[in-house]
Parts: sequence; C-alpha cells; structure tokens
Amino acid sequence: MRREPPRTIADYTPLAFPAIMLIIFFVVPFSTMIAVSFFRRQQGGFYTPDFVIDNYGRFLSAFFGGVLGFSLMLAIMVAVICVAIAFPFTYLLTKTSRRVQIVWLVCLLSVLSLSEVIIGFAWSTLFSRTAGITNLLVAAGLMSEPQALLPGFGAVLTGMVYQALPYTILVLYPALVRLDPTLLEAARTLGASPLRGFINIIVPALRNTIVATLIMVFVFALGSYLLPQILGRPRHWTLSVLITDQAIYQSNMPFAAAMAVFLVLISLALVGLTLLVGGRREATA
Amino acid sequence: MSGLHLKDLSKRFGNFTAVDDVDLTVPHGTFVCILGPSGCGKTTLLRMIAGLEEPSAGAILLDDEDMTPVPTHKRNLGMVFQSLALFPHLTVGENIAYPLRIRGVDKNGQRKRVEELLALVHLPGYAARPVSKLSGGQRQRVAIARALALSPRLFLLDEPLSALDAKLREAMQVELRQLQQKLGITTIVVTHDQREAMTMADLVVVMGEGRIRQAASPIEIYRKPADAFVADFIGSTNLLEVKADRAGRAITLGQPIAGLSLPKGMASGLVSIRPEDVHLAGSANGAFRGKVTFVRDLGGTIETFVEVGGTTIVAVTTPRERGDIEAGTEVGVTLPAESCVVLKQ
Ligand SMILES: Nc1ncnc2c1ncn2[C@@H]1O[C@H](COP(=O)(O)OP(=O)(O)OP(=O)(O)O)[C@@H](O)[C@H]1O
Ligand SMILES: [Mg+2]
Repeated sequence: MRREPPRTIADYTPLAFPAIMLIIFFVVPFSTMIAVSFFRRQQGGFYTPDFVIDNYGRFLSAFFGGVLGFSLMLAIMVAVICVAIAFPFTYLLTKTSRRVQIVWLVCLLSVLSLSEVIIGFAWSTLFSRTAGITNLLVAAGLMSEPQALLPGFGAVLTGMVYQALPYTILVLYPALVRLDPTLLEAARTLGASPLRGFINIIVPALRNTIVATLIMVFVFALGSYLLPQILGRPRHWTLSVLITDQAIYQSNMPFAAAMAVFLVLISLALVGLTLLVGGRREATA
Repeated sequence: MSGLHLKDLSKRFGNFTAVDDVDLTVPHGTFVCILGPSGCGKTTLLRMIAGLEEPSAGAILLDDEDMTPVPTHKRNLGMVFQSLALFPHLTVGENIAYPLRIRGVDKNGQRKRVEELLALVHLPGYAARPVSKLSGGQRQRVAIARALALSPRLFLLDEPLSALDAKLREAMQVELRQLQQKLGITTIVVTHDQREAMTMADLVVVMGEGRIRQAASPIEIYRKPADAFVADFIGSTNLLEVKADRAGRAITLGQPIAGLSLPKGMASGLVSIRPEDVHLAGSANGAFRGKVTFVRDLGGTIETFVEVGGTTIVAVTTPRERGDIEAGTEVGVTLPAESCVVLKQ
C-alpha cells in the first residue's frame, strides 16, 4: 500500500491522540521518576528538588548487585520455562478441534482474571505442610509424611510461571494458528519423525515469535513483587520488592526511583542485546 | 508384482465418504495423473498414500509390502505439497539437504547431492539463496529437488503447478515428465487440469465423488470414455441421447446414425462424439440437417455451433478442411460411426 507522505500539520492529526496518551501516561510519569531519582531525601518522608547522585551510588554495593542479579536470573528462568511449556502446548492446542481450543482459551483467560495476591495465597496453601499437595503424595504412598514446600525458590518460581503462562500461551497462539500445517507434514515425508520435525522445523521457523515472547514474559516477570514475598524468603526478594519497600515503607522516594530507573535501563539493555544477537544470526542465515 | 497397489481404499470423515473403495494398480515407473473436479477426494487419496491420513478401510501395498501401518517418515517417499511447504528459515541448499541431514549424510555428501539435484532441476548455483527470494517457478523446482533428494520409491505431487502462470505451467509439465522418465520413478500427480494430465501421464485416473470413474491411458480416456462423467470431464464433447430402434440401430434427433447400433439389450443411452470428429458439409447433403447459429474463429481452429432439432452440436475444424460456412446457413452434419462412443445413461 502506498500513501502520500504527510505535507501539512493537519495531516498529522491522527497521531495526536496516541501521542497525547503516550505523553500523559508514559513520558510524564517516567520523566518525573527520573527527576525524583536525583532529588535529595528529607528526613521524615519527603524530598526536595536537587541534583545528587547518591541514590545511584547507594546500590553500587554487593547487596544490591546480588538482588539485581537474582531478579534478572529469576525473570529469565520464568521466561524460558514459560516458553518451553507454552510453545509445545499451544502447538498441540492448535491441532485440536475448534471446540476444544475455545474451551482451553476461555479457561486460560479466566486465570488471567486472578490477581497476583490470589495466586500467591493459593500457592502458599498448596505448598503448605498442613493442606498442601504433599498430603496427596502421602495418601498415594509416595511420601512418608507431608512437607512444607515453602518458603523457597521453587515455590517462587512455580508461582511466577503459573502467573505468566496464560500470557505466554495467548501471545504464541496467533502465530501458531497461522503456521502452515504442511511444514511439519513435509518434514515427515522427508524422513523426520514428528518430534524431530517439530524441533528442527517448527521451532526455528517461529524463532522471531519465540524471541518476542521471551522478552515479553521476561519484562512481565521482572515486575512481579508480591509472589516473591508471599512464597519466598527475604533472599528471594527481587528488586521490585525492594523498590516497593523503599517507596512505601521506608518513604524513600528518590532511592526507589533510582532503582526503578536502573532496572528499566538494565532490562532495556538485555532486550536490546537479545534483538542484536537475533538480528545478527538472521543476517548470516 | 512390483509397483503400487491400492486395495479397496476408503476414507470417511464422520458420515462423509471422501474416498470410496478405490482399487488401483500402478506398475513400477508409471506416471499417473489423478484427475477430477474439486472436492472429489484427490488430495485425500494422495495423503493416504503418503501416510498423512489414515485409511478407514483398505490397504496400500508397495512392491508387495504392506505400507498401511508404516508411519510417513519411514515410507521413503517424496511429496510436493500444493503450498510447496519450503522451510522459510532455511536456504535453498539447506532445504534440499534437510532429508540428507536427517539420514546422517556427512556435510560433503550433502553438498554434492544438493549440487546434483539443483543441476537436475536447472537451478545450478542457487544453494545459498534464501527461499523467500525465489520466483514461483524456482520455488517449485526447489520443492521438487527436495522431494527427490533421497531417491524415493514413490513421488507424489498435489497440484504442483496450479500456482504458476499458463506458459510456465506448460513448460514445467514437459520438464516434470522428462525428469520422471530420466529417473524412472513411480509418480502420482494430482491435478484438475485435464490438459496437464494428457501431457504428462502414462495412466490417467479420473475420479468423481470419491470413486474411480476410469483408469486408462490418456488416449483411451479421450477416445473411449467409460461414462458420461468422464466424457464430459475430459475435453469438450457432444453428448446426444440415443434410443435403439427395433433393429438395434442408434436413433438420435429423430434419425439413425449411419452404421451405429447400440449393444444388445440397451434400449437407450448417450452418444459422445468429439467436436473434431463431427463433419460439416456446405450443401445440406449430410445425414442431419441443421442451421449454423454461431461461428468462433480462433485462427488455428474454427468452432461451429450447429442447431439440429433443438440440440446444439459443436464441430471443430481447421480452416483448410472447411468451406465457407457462415452463421445462418443450412449445413449437413455427419457423425461418423467409428468416432461415436456409446455410453450408459
Ligand atoms: N480433515 C477433513 N475433515 C472433514 N472433511 C474433509 C477433510 N479433508 C477433506 N475433507 C472433505 O473431503 C472431500 C475431498 O477433499 P479433497 O481435499 O480430497 O478434495 P480434492 O479432490 O483434493 O479437491 P481440490 O481439487 O479442491 O483440492 C471434500 O469434500 C472435503 O471437504
Ligand atoms: Mg486437493
């Protein structure tokens, strides 16, 4: 489709609405946050305009470095696990009848309506010693006595994967539905077993979709701050937890803002790196 | 016996029978065209042979070996899909090498075979191109080369040429036929273009509503169609209702066709006669008298529409063998008995 390039100011009017929305809901708050991150904190909860970089200097410590590393590692793990589960699942889902697909998608959408708090407490019950799933294992004779599976890293990971999985499936679904079903059939006629064809034809053919989904889940998981607190120990707390803690309980807005800005920059850098690596591989292929 | 044998093969989708009791023997090295109108079950039949669809009944034998329970990837066949199904993330060379890679052929062997196959389909030096940068005809050739990479026992193609323009299609038909003869591989092509089938096939299988209507050589299908469906589907034809008189002579349009009689016990039926077999005589001295209603001069051939007793008969002639016949003139129409095929109604 060819269009005339815009000539007058009036030609740009369709852009006005999205531009205003973007400014009000993104540019203004984010700029405010950047500004606040350089302000000086007042004892007693407030801050005064200033230009200090102490707030950034403060987390150049081993403690914050460790938390940042853990947060990124957790988000990456959640992203990888989610895609690893959701991709084959969604692929198989697209092979079922329309009716089955609709039922599954409706169920997944209803999981999305659960808040992080509900998911957190539901899993904390499921992982508890008194009422948890280990009781079922004991009843089945697989375990001698019930155990508490939380707090712990496994519990945090499970909760976050559970929370992100429906998003992952819903993002992958359109791409997989549109995929030419004869690709796998062709691989099969060429001597590949269905599993082999899936791994070396379907997965690489959708590499861009997979990378985009990984990034989405990664960013989504990075923002999770309730589940690590409900299901984990303090050493499983992510940077998001610390930001909330600083902003709300310690009333240290400038420091919270500085951490938030830093987190955004780091995640942007990681996303950029992923795209760069992906793009380079594309170019050589 | 060596070759492919389909034994009473059926496929039902719920209550709907897509392929109905197909029985067919294809000798080794034969080029078969499956021909039929849309929705008659051609693709379903091909997919059953490939193992992509499980038969509801019947068996598929290849060189006397029962293939029915063998999964697709162990059947060693080459298939070209209507969508071609080239792997979008791989280059031309990688696409063709994919089946070799699966068999564990080493890199050198792969490269040599790819070169060989690309030469075979007249695309030498294309190995490093991405498939997205190819034209329709080139993609076609890559799909063919990929399907042939493992020297399959059976070569299956589902409407391989339907996406190409008319000129390229005709060229590819000839090319495909020559390729098949060179390799001597048993080949089954699905098409709904009867010209394509006539050009390429040793054996034409005409299907209608899931059943085989006739399986024979192209010329036999054309000259001796088994029923009205086949006669009508293959080329254009004049179909006339006939009745037997007491002596068994064939009566049509109120008058006998000279020298033609219906088989014993057949009271009525249809006569099929090809337009190029109908003779016209300028002065009305033929067996039938009719009036020319329309003349279509195509340069190389002339189609003349003659109305005889309310029925239109089409005659095709070359300009040389035909006198000056214009719309509105009275002509004599001769239907030579040796060109008439009597069909059951
Ligand atoms: N998976 C399926 N489920 C239900 N019906 C099907 C299925 N596959 C094919 N059919 C039906 O079987 C019939 C034959 O289909 P098929 O694709 O074999 O036709 P075809 O001869 O290849 O037609 P075309 O020339 O249009 O490709 C069609 O009526 C189709 O609707
Ligand atoms: Mg078809």
